[in-house]
Amino acid sequence: MTSTTGDIALLVIGTFALLTALTFLGEVLALRRPGPVVETYRTRVHSWWAMVILFGLALILGQAGVTLLFAFAAFAALREFLTFSTKARADHLSLALAFFVGLPLQFLFIWLGWTGLFTVFIPVYAFLLLPIVSVLRGNSDRFLMRVAETQWGLMICVYCASHVPALMTLDIPGSGDRSVLLIAFLIMVVQLGDLLDFWFGRRIGRRKIAPGLSPKTWEGMLAGIASAAVIGAVFAWLTPFGVLGAAGMAALASATGMFGNLVLAAIKRDKGVKDWSHLIPGQGGFLDQLDSVLFAAPVFYHVAHLVWMP
Amino acid sequence: MTTRNSLVRRMAARAAGHAITLFARIIAAPRADWRGIAPEQKQRVYYANHVSNGDMPMIWSVLPAALRRQTRPVAAADYWLKTPLRAFAGAEVFRAVLIDRRPEARTSDPMEAILAAIAEGSSLIIFPEGNRNMTDDPLLPFKAGLYNIAKARPDVDLVPTWVANLNAILPKGEVIPLPLICTVTFGSPVHIQPDEGKDAFLARASTALSDLAPPPHDRVAKGEEARP
Repeated sequence: MTSTTGDIALLVIGTFALLTALTFLGEVLALRRPGPVVETYRTRVHSWWAMVILFGLALILGQAGVTLLFAFAAFAALREFLTFSTKARADHLSLALAFFVGLPLQFLFIWLGWTGLFTVFIPVYAFLLLPIVSVLRGNSDRFLMRVAETQWGLMICVYCASHVPALMTLDIPGSGDRSVLLIAFLIMVVQLGDLLDFWFGRRIGRRKIAPGLSPKTWEGMLAGIASAAVIGAVFAWLTPFGVLGAAGMAALASATGMFGNLVLAAIKRDKGVKDWSHLIPGQGGFLDQLDSVLFAAPVFYHVAHLVWMP
Repeated sequence: MTTRNSLVRRMAARAAGHAITLFARIIAAPRADWRGIAPEQKQRVYYANHVSNGDMPMIWSVLPAALRRQTRPVAAADYWLKTPLRAFAGAEVFRAVLIDRRPEARTSDPMEAILAAIAEGSSLIIFPEGNRNMTDDPLLPFKAGLYNIAKARPDVDLVPTWVANLNAILPKGEVIPLPLICTVTFGSPVHIQPDEGKDAFLARASTALSDLAPPPHDRVAKGEEARP
């Protein structure tokens, strides 16, 4: 067993232990104080189990596994986004191209490690090509809204999501095949930061960041980012960043993710929906679960590239 | 030989049925919203809005398997008998009650076939607008069929069933379905009142159905698929 596989196994076992404890807590609570809050909590723990098992399997399979997992997550997220976006019958072909050509190609380029292509494919080529396909059907009504919302969906759900597996293409000196662990690091600090933001917000939160839009508070967010930094430092051994570097990267990813969550909350409010879908029991949709990771991934990728690659 | 053939065809029909529900789930992740009734094993006529050829398979896919086995769609013979593949899908996969929409060509009364299927204990899926709705209105005026069923079988629940989003997933004339999320909402059953006339009943049934439509989240382009 290589040290990378050993570290993945350690992470998976640790997460399983944590989830087992949370599951046990749920069972105890359900016996002591049964009610809808406990039921929601138990549903969420079940969903976490499913997500952790899938993610663990993908990590063990390595680059192909993680790329495939995030391609499917991107598909589910894009489906949720475009369900509510402005579109017309004239966009049918361009939307089909986005789903069935753009999305698979982006993840194929990631898997092949063609950095030059995957960084420009959606922001340049999909950006230019899809409006051309739409305009050929000759309907100009709300045209800018239609093409802009489609492009926004592609950027968030496909381009940003693809930067999670793209971390494996980073060739940071001295890290060898350990770049897969960066993905575990990113997802862990962002998701735990979100949870702790929520937990602290409920207890010490006073000033709302965006009143009427999200329950997020400045106090909760700062505490969440600080906790993410501590968690990042503890898990610095997964990264080539060193203890301080890992804490800084974790804080950066967590902060970006939290603001990303706010941005997507504003879009949901604009479209008049509470959750993006019903596909993850207790959590809403894929986009509800991944919004912070999607915002954090490209920033994390670029800063890692900028600072740690010569 | 015939029995073996029919066994093979039956197995192929079941496999095709599973493939269709799986495909519907991958594309549209359809969700059933049992708003007005529970999904119980009870004889029902689900009457639904019709904008796309995907409507019927979508309703069929969200029904729990036990209910699905008991449910037969009422469908147009001229469409479902056009090619051998459609004939197989219509008659053996969906076990459709095929009726002829063209009064001048038909040899049997469509209402007789529908009532016979109800008498056998089947639940039905019907599209009372008669045709796919290509207009901006939520529903076309209902044909008399639903009223005739309600009058002949007042004991059977008529369940309004709204299929959302299919006009974007597979509009008329398109071949590739778009992966977008579809919700099928089942409302409270409608029954005919004593002395209720045809027009009054059909108007009430139509309102019960259009009330299930979700509010528009997407400001859809004019002249295409706007809902009120």
